[in-house]
Amino acid sequence: MENAFTIAAYVVAAILFILSLGGLSGQESAKRAVWYGIAGMAIAVVATLFGPGSGLWIVSLVLIAGGATVGYQLATKVQMTQMPELVAIMHSLVGLAAVFVGFNADFTISSVESAKAAGDAIEGTFATLVAKKTPIEITILQIELVLGVWIGAVTFTGSVIAYGKLSGNSSLLPFKIDTAAIQLPGGHMLNAGAVALSVLFAIWYFSGGGFFALFLLTLLALFIGYHLIMGIGGADMPVVVSMLNSYSGWAAAAIGFSLGNDLLIVVGALVGSSGAILSYIMCKAMNRSFISVILGGFGGPAGEQMAVEGEQIAIDADGVASALEDADSVVIIPGYGMAVAQAQQNVAELTRRLRAQGKNVRFAIHPVAGRLPGHMNVLLAEAKVPYDIVLEMDEINDDFPDTDVAIVIGSNDIVNPAAQDDPNSPIAGMPVLECWKAKQVFVSKRGQGTGYSGIENPLFFKDNTRMFYGDAKASLDALLQKIT
Amino acid sequence: MMIGAPKEVFDGEARVAITPDSAKQLQKLGYDVAIETGAGAAARFSDADYEAAGVTICPNAPALWATSEIVLKVRAPEEAELGHARSGQTLISFIWPAQNEALLEALKDKGVTALAMDMVPRISRAQKMDALSSMANIAGYRAVIEAGNNFGRFFTGQVTAAGKVPPAKVLVVGAGVAGLAAIGTSTSLGAITYAFDVRPEVAEQIESMGAEFVYLDFEEAQTDGAATGGYAAPSSPEFREKQLEKFRELAPEVDIVITTALIPGRDAPKLWLKDMVEAMKPGSVVVDLAAEKGGNCDLTVMDQKVVSDNGVTIVGYTDFPSRMATQSSTLYGNNLRHMMTDLTPEKDGKPFVNMEDDVIRGATVTHENAITFPPPPPKVAAIAAQPKKPAAKELTVEEKRAQEVAAFKAQTKTQVGLLAAGGALVLGIGLIPGMPASFMQHFIVFVLSVFIGFQVIWNVAHSLHTPLMAVTNAISSIIILGALIQIGSSGILITILAALGVFMASINIFGGFLVTRRMLAMFQKS
Repeated sequence: MENAFTIAAYVVAAILFILSLGGLSGQESAKRAVWYGIAGMAIAVVATLFGPGSGLWIVSLVLIAGGATVGYQLATKVQMTQMPELVAIMHSLVGLAAVFVGFNADFTISSVESAKAAGDAIEGTFATLVAKKTPIEITILQIELVLGVWIGAVTFTGSVIAYGKLSGNSSLLPFKIDTAAIQLPGGHMLNAGAVALSVLFAIWYFSGGGFFALFLLTLLALFIGYHLIMGIGGADMPVVVSMLNSYSGWAAAAIGFSLGNDLLIVVGALVGSSGAILSYIMCKAMNRSFISVILGGFGGPAGEQMAVEGEQIAIDADGVASALEDADSVVIIPGYGMAVAQAQQNVAELTRRLRAQGKNVRFAIHPVAGRLPGHMNVLLAEAKVPYDIVLEMDEINDDFPDTDVAIVIGSNDIVNPAAQDDPNSPIAGMPVLECWKAKQVFVSKRGQGTGYSGIENPLFFKDNTRMFYGDAKASLDALLQKIT
Repeated sequence: MMIGAPKEVFDGEARVAITPDSAKQLQKLGYDVAIETGAGAAARFSDADYEAAGVTICPNAPALWATSEIVLKVRAPEEAELGHARSGQTLISFIWPAQNEALLEALKDKGVTALAMDMVPRISRAQKMDALSSMANIAGYRAVIEAGNNFGRFFTGQVTAAGKVPPAKVLVVGAGVAGLAAIGTSTSLGAITYAFDVRPEVAEQIESMGAEFVYLDFEEAQTDGAATGGYAAPSSPEFREKQLEKFRELAPEVDIVITTALIPGRDAPKLWLKDMVEAMKPGSVVVDLAAEKGGNCDLTVMDQKVVSDNGVTIVGYTDFPSRMATQSSTLYGNNLRHMMTDLTPEKDGKPFVNMEDDVIRGATVTHENAITFPPPPPKVAAIAAQPKKPAAKELTVEEKRAQEVAAFKAQTKTQVGLLAAGGALVLGIGLIPGMPASFMQHFIVFVLSVFIGFQVIWNVAHSLHTPLMAVTNAISSIIILGALIQIGSSGILITILAALGVFMASINIFGGFLVTRRMLAMFQKS
């Protein structure tokens, strides 16, 4: 059993973790908050190494050091634009670790049972814990373990697929994953069937099916993770990533139950609820129910969508430059296109120059801009755009009528007026940035295509909209040459 | 077909409707061109110049009116000229149909098709024939020049060996075309220029010309310039009071005042009152471009320059364009030439008065023995209407209070509902027969943690969602504890799996925290 000191250390760690999450309420306190998290983790690991995990501690230390090296490399090399992918792939590690730990718990249970039968001595902290349990406690343990393994396995494949979808061509995976929503024939029925089958396997396992049943269950969970995320379009990835984040927390909590480790439960629950809330916030920002996002892609249009009239009028860098020259207030609306083109530095440079001329330059960030919640904030921060001119949708939407120039850089659905005008649009009712109310709108966009969601955007056809075609970075380079 | 331009008969009018240049262009449209001898002399275009451009010179007015099917003029025709006109003839000039009903009747009776250059609608396509604008531009420029002529000091501030000269301060009232031209001229001469207009939307144009917009501290339903075709509308008495108060405040400071305020179809509003003139410094100048309509200044005398008792010069000339006859004839000639181009779509020397065309319909005041004034509103709006701001409904205190109470009640309801459901769930689990107490202990910890998580995460700033995710990702690798505990267990398989778990989780710990630190380090205040 864990000694009193370890439990005390866990309490300290748990409090530090809570403070760490709570500290993220402000930009300044967030910097302190990370240190709380690091300290909490260090205390938890050290306490475990000295306490219940002291067996083979040298191996543990070596492995931690190895993991640290890899983690350091990953974290320092990654581009800020690849942040969503990194977070996604790291979730998969937690999921897989949860699966392994769950397997081990099962092995321990069976070894303890056989040892009991043979009358051998029982070694190891966890094993002694298991040995003391009554049969009903063993069953509960198995339920917890199955939950942990199942959620962990879903998280693992789901995160790998999410990584593949987010990274697109630069994926390090040996295979390509289409960003569009793809479902195997059978669709949701297949998922439902797999879940039902999982329940059957779980019951089989509880009634003495052994490791084989658990293994089959894991395979099913892996399939569900794969198929569930494959069926979700790239545009919904922010929700998916935070949902997987939530899953990895629940998996940790479930494993914590089976190991009887309170710290695992506390942290797992914290992470789980955090991910769930983030998903909820984002679904709300897109005016869609959580279920409809999880069950895959944008549904078909409910009725005839409004036909878009007019034509897209192109403009070159000279035109944009002269309009910016005359403008007093400028609002920039970045989207995933800016991240893809790595254009945040150019955007920041443009902002600096315009601000130096005394213009009021601000950024409007939609809650689901990019592929990760807060994605744009991070990119702009990387490019040293001061965060007090980066505003949320609700803060800036009323200001558009007084804005001279709105520049849309690589965003599409979040500035789609059809969400307000066309009740049959797939995104009807989704709150959007009302940039078309500005006197002039420039849209930096690669081509005339419809973008990630495949929805026609009437904004591009408005009288006060001019299309600034080309790769966002190249376009801004050209623009920067005209503006001093 | 012959186009002719007679010599203007109005006293002091120096402009001419056709210049040698525009004559050449008219010939390209398939017309023959004639002028009365000496018609361009006042604008410094000699008969020889015209002859060189292939223009026929007629010895006198009757001869010109007789030979020309189309007569181009500057001023509206006078009675003597009307005598020369005949049925089927086309006349294009300024006409001011709203003020000249008798003239319209006469033209109708004569059977003359008359196009008024002052009635060309203000739409983008018609800008090239907008003679009002081109003349107003000249008037605005000339107003500043006249002011400078009567002003005893430099416009620009200078520091010279002989002493320091302060810059002149110019106030332009009314930022129409003339006003903007005056602003441009005055700023380019180096004066500090202020400008005022009742239409707040022109503030931007004023500032773009380099002047400072004089803001009034006044809340009023702002007139939408689009409703009146871009022209000013009369303002309310309260607004006027506020405006005069501001002018009174400015009067002692400014050296030159140029007033251009006109409201279509009305007398010019009185904006620069006697007491303001009296407040001005001696030697100051007021140029009143609205003199023809009674003047914006109390002391203005039409067509004259007067000096007030305290030595302020008030210029009330009405012939500013005519004072720059060469320039204004060139521009007006071009306006007319563009009008003829629109009237001659086939370029065959035959005018076609297309009453379906917005521009031509708007300008035509008499056609086929009928008065066609006023025209129907043009199909194309002159200026895009400003989007109507939805009036934010002001809630009364009681309504707000009621809303708050309702919201509070709804919140309480959902909260109590959730609590009841959650409590029932927890109790239900506790009631399961044989549920071991050890599990319930952990379960309580779990439920409390979820609760804390919900409380804490709602407060996380929107922009920090990505760091939040990275942090939660890092701390979710707390799963390492499970692997650490198991690694020392018996059994090679367990050890290997646990070791893998430790390795992967530690990647996550370090990667997650480092990335979060990197991200947060980038957030900075400006």
